[in-house]
Amino acid sequence: MAGILIFSDKTNLALELLTAANSISSSNGDIKAVTINNDEQAQALSEAGANVYRINAAELILADVSAVAAALGQAAAELGSDIILLSSNRRGKELAGRLAQVIGAGCLTDVNSLEAADGKTTCNRNALGGATVANQYLKADKQVIAIAPKSFTPAAGGSGSINDLSVEVKPSAVKLLEVKTKAGDSVDIEAAEVLVAVGQGLNSKDDLAMVEELAKLLGGEVACSKPVATDKKWLSEDRVIGLSGKICKPQLAIILGISGQVQFTVGIRDAKTIVSINTDENATINSLSDYVLTTDLHEAVKAMNAALK
Amino acid sequence: MNIVVAMKQIPDLQQIRIRNRQPLFDDVPLTLGTIDKNALEAAVVLKEADESIKVTVLSAGNEEVEDTIKEALAAGADEAFLILDDALEGADSAAIAAVLAAAIKQMDGVDLILFGEGSGDNYSGQVGSRVAELLNLPQVGYVSSMEIKGGQAVVTRTLEDCDEVMEIALPGIISVMAGLNEPRIPSVTQILKAGKKPKEVLELDEVDVDIKKLAFTETISNLAPESNRKKIVVKSVDELLQGLRSENLIGR
Ligand SMILES: Cc1cc2nc3c(=O)[nH]c(=O)nc-3n(C[C@H](O)[C@H](O)[C@H](O)COP(=O)(O)OP(=O)(O)OC[C@H]3O[C@@H](n4cnc5c(N)ncnc54)[C@H](O)[C@@H]3O)c2cc1C
Ligand SMILES: Nc1ncnc2c1ncn2[C@@H]1O[C@H](COP(=O)(O)O)[C@@H](O)[C@H]1O
Repeated sequence: MAGILIFSDKTNLALELLTAANSISSSNGDIKAVTINNDEQAQALSEAGANVYRINAAELILADVSAVAAALGQAAAELGSDIILLSSNRRGKELAGRLAQVIGAGCLTDVNSLEAADGKTTCNRNALGGATVANQYLKADKQVIAIAPKSFTPAAGGSGSINDLSVEVKPSAVKLLEVKTKAGDSVDIEAAEVLVAVGQGLNSKDDLAMVEELAKLLGGEVACSKPVATDKKWLSEDRVIGLSGKICKPQLAIILGISGQVQFTVGIRDAKTIVSINTDENATINSLSDYVLTTDLHEAVKAMNAALK
Repeated sequence: MNIVVAMKQIPDLQQIRIRNRQPLFDDVPLTLGTIDKNALEAAVVLKEADESIKVTVLSAGNEEVEDTIKEALAAGADEAFLILDDALEGADSAAIAAVLAAAIKQMDGVDLILFGEGSGDNYSGQVGSRVAELLNLPQVGYVSSMEIKGGQAVVTRTLEDCDEVMEIALPGIISVMAGLNEPRIPSVTQILKAGKKPKEVLELDEVDVDIKKLAFTETISNLAPESNRKKIVVKSVDELLQGLRSENLIGR
């Protein structure tokens, strides 16, 4: 039986892939993990039960997708793995298509659940910008599947092994000149029970203060629609809800001045209770909400803060 | 310098209605992916700074692409290169990538190929990476800024936790991030002139790709998730807070 190979640049995501691989391994064979220049990750994976194959080659840099895909292609061939699970973070998504092309595989990305049945590995992923969920499988011997972060819990406990694997490193046509770490706003909106999300209905950056106050009063975090982070740069991208942001499932989501386009709603539709406050009584978000208040968000937030204090 | 921008025709997502959880495409107008428009805008900005740059928009799809692509020609592309066949509509990413790569091989002297980080409807982020491998070119994805210097580009790849400043040798492939620029809206004269810009249209059998062998993805179902929200209309903040309290959602 063909095997499963897992790889992610991020240890926490690699551990999630291990859980995903475990869930389909009975019909797909043994699981092997590859790490690239990351002994710590190799250790963590082996302690979670994986048989790890370490590629340690200083000239192989993660920023060179072409070289990483070539290395993983060799690893898959050598280790006899037909299904490769990657993480669907940006690094993993960029790699997925290239690796699939290297090994002649079919490929699905942004997969948020997996099921092995009747010799198929069926996957759910968002389609049409998030309007629908597509249930798909690959009819190909070789498959590359990139799994959305937090779709599986990280694997823990077990005893694996660490082995070394050497690959030929493809010459590089890219150079990494500089890495700029982003200023530390390490909020985890996916973990929050309460989210107060603001959109382009917010008048100014200064008005964020009262939104933050509301979030604090409710014991939650501030989140936002994408333009608030990418166009206006009022909040960090870590706080974006949606297709290209985070998929959140809080108990309570208060949505302020967000129209509710599918790419946003896909990230919040699993919330238990959704409140929409919007000046437009016909905003799309209203039909996806449990409570709808048609009014200016600034007035509403001030009134809520006063009432909750 | 020749820049190719790969753009996908998609249904206007805002106008897709859902009935019985099924997406309805009747009368939904066709357009080009939002992020693909960012890619085109990036190319047009480079062209404005350097007259010697030629921008070719590349698309594979059904016959209607010929009309849809006018939007890109009006927004600044110099010419279009299209591979049209009804079988290309909804084809596997592997098939589309093979067709695009074959088309690029037929063009002369391509220096830079731009993609979006994801297509508007599928958003799978595969096609650019696959084309890069097919053409054995270097790639950088999630690019939020770029500059061309001599035979190379210096770009910033924006990841979740850091930015990478990269130098990429040309010819090369760059996939741009959503929202890296504000795509221009063409004027009426530009739209009128777009119809006259050169278009090279190929049929599928003019590129040597057997797309049937590349149909890897099987879709079992594609349905909108079920939603049964309460949609309680409240008149005031007090009424809202009362509702939330009664459900034990606040003041715990
Ligand atoms: C491939 C792709 C991926 C994307 N991914 C994401 C994503 O992950 N997350 C995301 O959010 N978007 C994403 N988008 C963008 C998305 O399509 C929308 O453009 C975005 O969600 C709109 O943000 P918004 O609702 O804040 O702004 P708008 O659509 O401009 O809505 C603003 C709302 O505020 C209301 N309003 C105005 N003034 C007030 C006021 N004073 N008080 C109360 N309400 C007011 C208006 O009635 C309106 O409903 C993506 C797009 C693409 C193409
Ligand atoms: N049919 C197509 N024709 C031209 N370009 C395409 C096509 N499909 C995808 N692309 C390009 O590939 C990118 C990634 O698409 P995808 O892999 O579908 O997310 C898009 O943003 C486009 O730039």
